[in-house]
Amino acid sequence: MLQIAVASGKGGTGKTTVATNLALALAGEGPVQFLDCDVEEPNAHLFLHPALGEEEAVTIPVPAVEEGQCTACGRCAEVCAFNAIAVLAGHVLTFPELCHGCGGCTLLCPEGALREEKRKIGIVQGGQRGELVFVQGKLEIGAALAPPVVEAVRAKEQGMGTVIIDAAPGTSCPVVAAIRDVDFCLLVTEPTPFGLHDLDLAARLVAELGVPAGVILNRAGEGDELVEEYCQRQGLPLLLKIPFSRNLAAIYAQGKVLVEELPQWREVFLNLGREIGRRVGR
Amino acid sequence: MKVAVTAQGPGLEAEVDSRFGRCTYFVIKEMVTGEVETVANEPGTSGAGIEAAQLLARAGVEAVITGHLGPKAGRALAAAGIAAYQHTGGTVAGAFAALEAGELAPIGNPV
Ligand code: SF4
Ligand code: SF4
Repeated sequence: MLQIAVASGKGGTGKTTVATNLALALAGEGPVQFLDCDVEEPNAHLFLHPALGEEEAVTIPVPAVEEGQCTACGRCAEVCAFNAIAVLAGHVLTFPELCHGCGGCTLLCPEGALREEKRKIGIVQGGQRGELVFVQGKLEIGAALAPPVVEAVRAKEQGMGTVIIDAAPGTSCPVVAAIRDVDFCLLVTEPTPFGLHDLDLAARLVAELGVPAGVILNRAGEGDELVEEYCQRQGLPLLLKIPFSRNLAAIYAQGKVLVEELPQWREVFLNLGREIGRRVGR
Repeated sequence: MKVAVTAQGPGLEAEVDSRFGRCTYFVIKEMVTGEVETVANEPGTSGAGIEAAQLLARAGVEAVITGHLGPKAGRALAAAGIAAYQHTGGTVAGAFAALEAGELAPIGNPV
């Protein structure tokens, strides 16, 4: 199995374009699975148009109090690092929207007055598009805890072929959950000072996680030297440049993918996949 | 009865802080004896308003004067039986005076 994550330091760089094109190009070659781990805004389905299956709930255990057994000792509120449970005027008050489901309060309540209830924080949904196996996660509106949903998507990883993981933009916990332990991470950026700044943040994150990475420069043309010099300094391979072009932007805007509209791009993304395979020794 | 004001600094002459959970200090006055104490507020990253409500409850505060109250802080204060009054700007002393003059409106606790 080869896991390739696609990440970017900021939104709007074309991360999903790269992930979907790479997945579709490789899908002709062997088993490929696409995991949309951008659970706050999963949008790869808009380009892949998979036939979606049943939704599966992702839950975390949150505490519920048995008033009769509670002595209002305050231990639960003390142990909760997130202030998701409070003891006020002799009563326990819970704030499920802040709870991380760590189970600490239930474990440490000396009276056994807490039990765990399931709180739905998101869904996981599978699908199929031709040869391509699709899975996406979606965070429930109002829920703030994305990593468990990302982990639930990754738990569906098939043990063979290629797994393409579309991570959330940025460098926060859900991104870490999406790219942890993958074989390779593509960092998508643009040739602007902002793009470079966010690329640097993302590059530091993957370095810290010990994940080998390469850069894809999207909307290339003007200002490419910025990114080229950066990559050279950091010893990061610049694996692909996607030029800025009206034609490509129009294809994207119609919810279509390059590899299906323009055959030369299939070759480009196939080569990208092969290059990554070589780099990680597959 | 003890009343707290969210403040940007310690003591009666400090400016009122309009934030509740993330205010810098609570200046607490015992309205009968006039005794004043300042408690620093050091919230964590999650649930600052809930933490602050518990801090005030432990300090025996029965009312708080602040600018804004989020829904979670409102729930926690209501559960603690702490009344909340709305006031922004000016000094802490001015906020206490306004409360005593009956000029402050209670902040409705969204349940
Ligand atoms: S630790 Fe248990 S007994 Fe103590 S206040 Fe919390 S729920 Fe009640
Ligand atoms: S399960 Fe963990 S996060 Fe949730 S209320 Fe209990 S201690 Fe806090």
